[in-house]
Amino acid sequence: MTSEHNAAEAGDIDELLPWYAAGTLSRRDAERVEAALARDPELARRFALAREELAATIHLNETLGAPSARAMQDLFAKIDAEPRRQRASLGIGTRIAEFLGGLTPRTLAYASAAAVIAIVLQAGLIGVMVDRPTRSGYETASAPTGAPGVGAFTIIRFAPQATMDDINKFLEMNHFNVVAGPSGGGLYKVRVAENPLPSADLGALIQKLQKDKVVGFVAPTR
Amino acid sequence: MQTSSDDVLIARIASGDRLAMQVLFARHHVRVYRFVLRLVRNEATAEDLISEVFLDVWRQAGKFEGRSAVSTWMLSIARFKALSALRRKPEQELDDETAAAIEDQADDPEVTLAKKDKGAALRQCLTALSAEHREVVDLVYYHEKSVEEVARIVGIPEATVKTRMFYARKKLSELLREQGIDRGWP
Repeated sequence: MTSEHNAAEAGDIDELLPWYAAGTLSRRDAERVEAALARDPELARRFALAREELAATIHLNETLGAPSARAMQDLFAKIDAEPRRQRASLGIGTRIAEFLGGLTPRTLAYASAAAVIAIVLQAGLIGVMVDRPTRSGYETASAPTGAPGVGAFTIIRFAPQATMDDINKFLEMNHFNVVAGPSGGGLYKVRVAENPLPSADLGALIQKLQKDKVVGFVAPTR
Repeated sequence: MQTSSDDVLIARIASGDRLAMQVLFARHHVRVYRFVLRLVRNEATAEDLISEVFLDVWRQAGKFEGRSAVSTWMLSIARFKALSALRRKPEQELDDETAAAIEDQADDPEVTLAKKDKGAALRQCLTALSAEHREVVDLVYYHEKSVEEVARIVGIPEATVKTRMFYARKKLSELLREQGIDRGWP
């Protein structure tokens, strides 16, 4: 039974050699062939034959030449003679495919990286907000309350290249709190002081923050 | 435009975009021509057929459902056109053509050289395979089609594709043996 199974398996692998040589097997089948080749020298010899056939077939086809320009002229003469087609608008799927197809691999890589950073950033900020210890114990009425709506606020969009670590350090170093966000466009409402600041002071602070590499955009808000 | 996928081009062609048709033609016409030429063995016929193939692509683009690669779909059309053209030819002409092809190989001085040059001998034998075997060998090795894609193009089950390829390779070994080259398989 086992030998029959092995023989069937060997026959199956033998049949797959041409596709393995051409690199068109699925990963699973390719792994099966690779394992069989590693343990069976006779199969490896037959695989070398398949590679010879591959090379010869490519060589043969490449020497067949190409059609003359007549083929294209004939085709477009026939197309021009066809009844004019109503131009239909492209579907959303096609538009998305076309947009993605138009991006270079590098652009796609940048876009993916930006998306990953945005997700990490969002997760990080949520983490910061959740982990930040809440005030406890006795406080006088004049002590900072940290209550929502009290203090000086800005809206900040962090730089795309800023990491979660960069943002955490930035917030901690400046004693800032994220109180809301992100809203559309990745904007966060950040408390920059526990008491309202004179507009000149807030303006100066914003100018300083704008120079920070972690900050992409900053503006005062209520 | 270079990065536009074939699927996008087909969608554009379906909406009547002539430029998209030019791009698709430029991208694929040589391979389609070679596939047809290997089947019909006549350059003028092959040239006529590829304009017919691409005209069908122009007309049928709106019906393309994307179940296979565009190149697979086009090769299916090309195969159908080639077989139809062969069927239109009188039997006598076909036989003569096949005989001529075989005779040519036998008379070719390259045959003598081929005995020394295994690669050349292999190429000779590849041309001597039956149309059915040539087709599957070309699709697998030159057009880089998977088992599933070959099955789709030729219209046979996947298991048959594998066995047909296996027998094509066996036949190749037999032809080589006739030329004095023993591959030790099968």
